[in-house]
Amino acid sequence: MTDIQSPLPGTFYLTPSPGEPAYKSKGDTVSEGDVIGLIEVMKTFIEVKATDAGTFDSYVVENEQPVQAGQVIAKLS
Amino acid sequence: MALNILNPGLSTSIQDLGRPGYFHLGIPIGGAMDRFAMRVANMLVGNAEDAAGLEAVFMGPEITFTEDTLIAITGAELPVMLDGVEQNTWTAIAVKKGQTLSFGFLQSGARIYIAVSGGIDTPEALGSRSTYPIGALGGVEGRNVAAGDVLPLGKSGPGKTGATVAPAHRRMPGNPAVLRMVKGLYWHRLTDASGEQFLNDEWKVAPEADRMGYRFRGGKPLEFVDREQPFGAGSDPSNIVDGCYSYGSIQVPGGTEPIVLHRDAVSGGGYFTLGAIISADMDYIGQLQPHTPVKFKAVSMEDALAARKERHQLLDQIRGSLA
Repeated sequence: MTDIQSPLPGTFYLTPSPGEPAYKSKGDTVSEGDVIGLIEVMKTFIEVKATDAGTFDSYVVENEQPVQAGQVIAKLS
Repeated sequence: MALNILNPGLSTSIQDLGRPGYFHLGIPIGGAMDRFAMRVANMLVGNAEDAAGLEAVFMGPEITFTEDTLIAITGAELPVMLDGVEQNTWTAIAVKKGQTLSFGFLQSGARIYIAVSGGIDTPEALGSRSTYPIGALGGVEGRNVAAGDVLPLGKSGPGKTGATVAPAHRRMPGNPAVLRMVKGLYWHRLTDASGEQFLNDEWKVAPEADRMGYRFRGGKPLEFVDREQPFGAGSDPSNIVDGCYSYGSIQVPGGTEPIVLHRDAVSGGGYFTLGAIISADMDYIGQLQPHTPVKFKAVSMEDALAARKERHQLLDQIRGSLA
């Protein structure tokens, strides 16, 4: 298992915009640099990118949940 | 001698203590959101306290140095690395030519201040190097720093490697943060019960809070004393005939979410302001992360001036300890 951590604090979104599917679902192939989710802070949306390659396992935070810097937001298997 | 910006982080800007004197013309005072931390970072490397450094929010930048120098990181806590080796915060660190400064994940606080011996020597605009991107003033040609920027440095002063600030002197807000305020000209627009409610409620920093203003949500909507809106005021009870805003004033558009106007705020408008955060506590706001719980506490003008004096004394103590 590899953890993907949020680089900064803010509100986490797991979809590119409301009503769309999540960026990744279980079993998806993840390459380094793939967008996993968005963090909203200071009126800006910042893409959270995978720092490793692997197979997507799960999100461990909910959509629109407040997150801290360094908090694990998703797991790769 | 220069800094090379490899990666700017999220929103890293050149800041000093600001450009007061132009607010009546709509030019904000600007400068570091936590001026205490900026001053102390400069003291640690032997700079004048109003020298320009870098303010980085939530994430650190990645920087290399073209010559040996002395740096200090103050403000928010996060791992500071020089070529991957962890360094102390609030301490003067010797840097060798070619080394890379980088940062780990933010642990507490919101903004770090990076002072470099000699200070950043970009051109001044209206007496300050502070960056005001909306007005394209100061900074790097009016903007925040970007990858590939080469920032010139001034002439080095006296600083000593290893100089450090005692942990008790590293002034940061608590959690929940208590922000002291003095009630203002428009406080009478609130009902007594609503005023009391505002002070009792726990508010949380909204994610959109930035250098212009810190927005809070989570408390109950305000209730206003009935009146016929005066000529020139908007129709919402939170509207007034346009007035001046001070640094630190608390406006509540629509009566729902208070916004504390900070260093890059507008200087006037048509929302009532229920008071102002005392000057001693404005630096705390610069260190609040999104979702941090906050309470507003009403104090007297005497208390506000005493708190200002206390903060000046703390700075004096630090100056003394580093001399």
